[in-house]
Amino acid sequence: MIKINSKNVDVFYGKKQALFNINLDIEENQVTALIGPSGCGKSTFLRCLNRMNDVIDICRVKGQIIINDFDINDKSCDVVRLREKIGMVFQKPNPFPKTIYENISYGPTIHGMAQSKNEMDEIVETSLKKAALWEEVKDRLHEPGTGLSGGQQQRLCIARAISVKPEVILMDEPCSALDPIATAQIEELIDELKKDHTIIIVTHSMAQAARVSQNTGFFHLGELIEHGSTDKIFKNPENKKTQDYITGRFG
Amino acid sequence: MNKNKEQLLNKRYKAEKRFRLYGQSAIFMALLFLTIFIFKIFSTGYSAFQKTWLIVPVTFDAELMMLDQNPSKEDLKDADYYDIALKSMADLDPNANEDQENELKRMVSYFFEREIKRELLNDPSLIGKTKDVYLTASDDLDQVFKGNYPRDLPEDQRRVTDYQLKIFDQLVELGKVESKFNLSFFTYPDSREAELAGIASSFMGSIFSILVCLMIAFPVAVLAAIYLEEFAPKNRFTDFIEVNINNLAAVPSIVFGLLGLGILLAVFQLPRSTPLVGGITLSLMTLPTIIIACRASLKAVPPSIREAALAMGASKMQTTMHHTVPLSMPGTLSGTIIGLAQALGETAPLILIGMVAFVNTIPGSPLDPAASLPVQIYIWAESAERGFVEKVSACIMVLLGFLIIMNLFAQIIRHKFEKKWS
Repeated sequence: MIKINSKNVDVFYGKKQALFNINLDIEENQVTALIGPSGCGKSTFLRCLNRMNDVIDICRVKGQIIINDFDINDKSCDVVRLREKIGMVFQKPNPFPKTIYENISYGPTIHGMAQSKNEMDEIVETSLKKAALWEEVKDRLHEPGTGLSGGQQQRLCIARAISVKPEVILMDEPCSALDPIATAQIEELIDELKKDHTIIIVTHSMAQAARVSQNTGFFHLGELIEHGSTDKIFKNPENKKTQDYITGRFG
Repeated sequence: MNKNKEQLLNKRYKAEKRFRLYGQSAIFMALLFLTIFIFKIFSTGYSAFQKTWLIVPVTFDAELMMLDQNPSKEDLKDADYYDIALKSMADLDPNANEDQENELKRMVSYFFEREIKRELLNDPSLIGKTKDVYLTASDDLDQVFKGNYPRDLPEDQRRVTDYQLKIFDQLVELGKVESKFNLSFFTYPDSREAELAGIASSFMGSIFSILVCLMIAFPVAVLAAIYLEEFAPKNRFTDFIEVNINNLAAVPSIVFGLLGLGILLAVFQLPRSTPLVGGITLSLMTLPTIIIACRASLKAVPPSIREAALAMGASKMQTTMHHTVPLSMPGTLSGTIIGLAQALGETAPLILIGMVAFVNTIPGSPLDPAASLPVQIYIWAESAERGFVEKVSACIMVLLGFLIIMNLFAQIIRHKFEKKWS
C-alpha cells in the first residue's frame, strides 16, 4: 500500500533549484532508503516530508506530497499536527539537554497524550523498550540524556520520535556519527520498527541501504534517477548512472 | 641548503620567544598599573574606616537643661542640651576666654549636642551626674590624629589653631582621644561636615536605581532579543534595527542623561534627583547590552536542539520557550549583570538628571531624592576639606567591592548552569 505519494516536487534555495520534479511513492510499513552522492538532494527531499524546510527562510517547495489523501503542502495543513504523525531522527544525535525521562515525555506532553503520571511512565517505558534502550537506562531515567554514549543518544532520539506514535519515521543518516556496533544496533532496531511504522532513511552507505531497506530511490544532482525494490536497484539497475554509483565508480 | 634551513628554524624560534616576551610584558604592565591603582586607593582610603572620638566629661545639669523635677521621657526629648554641651567643652580649659571657648567648641562635630542627648535618653538617671561621653572629633582633628594633617604649616594657613592643637595634645596624653571603627560612614547620609558624611544615601540610591533599571531593562531587552533572534523575519528592516541596537550600545552615556532630562523630567514631570528617573535613564543604556548578550546566547544554542523540538511537533513558541530560552539564560543573566555593573558605575547621566544634588536624607523608596555611589565620589572629590580625601577613596573601595561581587555573581551563574548539561 502506498503511504506517501509525491508528485512533481520542486525545491528551491533562493534562486537555486535543489530538487527537480520528484515523483516517488513510499510503501507503508516498509523501509525505503534514499541514496546518492553528497549534495544530491536526498536530505532535502526527506525534509520536505515533514515540512522541516519551512525553517529555512529562503527555501521554497512546489508540488504535491500526499499523505493519507491529504496534501501536506496545502495551506490548510497544520505543521504541528503533521510532525506529530511524521517523526524524525537526525544525523547527529540531538537529545534535549534534559533528563532521559523528560526527553521522551516531551512529545506526549505537548500533544496531550497522557492524562496521568502513570500513563506517561508507561509511554516512556514502551518507547524506550521499542528503541531497545530500556535495559540500559531504566535505573537512570532522571539523569541527563546528554550523558549517554553516542549510540545510546541516537536510540534515545529514536525513542523520543516513536513516543508520539508517528505513522512515518524519517531518518537522516542516523548512523553516520556512530561506530559499527552502534550502527548494527540501530539497523536491527529499524527492522523491528517497520512493523508499526513506515520508515524512510537517507544513507551514505550502500551496504546499509541493501541491509535495511525494501525499496530504494537513487538521487543524483537533484533528480530522482531511479527507484524500485532494493533488490532490483542493487542487482539489476536500469539506469547507467545508478549502476555506476552502486559499483562505486563515482560518489 | 641545510644551513639555510637551520637559520630559518632559528629565526622562527626567536620570533616566537620575542612574541612571548611582548605578551608577558604587556600583562606585567597591566598588573603593575592595577597594583599601583589599588595600592593608592587603599593607602588613602583605609583611614576613612576609622573615626576619632574625644572623650569629654559631661555634667547633666538639670538647671542648664531647663528640666523640672522628675522629668518625663517627653521632657527629656525637648530639653535644651546646647548649654551643657557647650559647657562641657569649655570646661576642658578652665582658663579659656570667650574666643578660646569658641575654638574648643569647634573641636567636635556640630552633632555633639545630639550625641550628648542620646546618652541621656539611654540612661535618664544620669541627671545631675557627670559622665565621660564620646564626641565625634571635628574632621580636621580627625585628620591630625590620623597623621594626615601637616602640623608644621604656619597657623594662618591651617584650619586647626595652635590653641586647639595644644588642648588636643593634652587630651591625647590623658588617653581621652580614641579611634574606633567608623560605623557612621555606612549609616549616615551625606553631610557638609566630613566627619559626619556617610554613604548611606548614595548606597541606597544606587541600589534603588539598579533595581529600577533591572526591572525595566531586563524584560524589555529579553523580549526584544527573543523576538529579533527567533521570530522576526530577516529583512532590511530587521537588519536596520540590529545596526541601530549596536549603535545604541556605543552612544555616550551623557546623551542618555540629556534624554532623561529632556523627556523624563521636562515632559513627564517625574520627580527630580530620584532613583526612579536615574534607573529609567540607566535602563536605556543597559538595554542594548542585555539585548546583545541575550541574542548572542540564543545564537549559541545549537540549531539541532531547535530542529529536535520542531520535529517533535512543538510550535515555534514552544520550541523557543521550552528549549532555546532556558538554554540561553545563563549567558543572558551574566550579560545582564555585567550591564547592571556598568550602569552602577555610571556618573554622567545621573549628574544631568539631578542626582548630584546634596541629599542629607536616606531614601526609603525610588521616589525619594538620592545620590548614587559614583556621583558621591564626584561630589566628595570636589570638596575642599581634607576629611573628604580619604572618603573619596573609601567610597571607591565600596563601589569596587560592589562591582567585584556582581561580576563574581555573573561568573558563578555562567559556570554553574553551563556545567550542568555539558
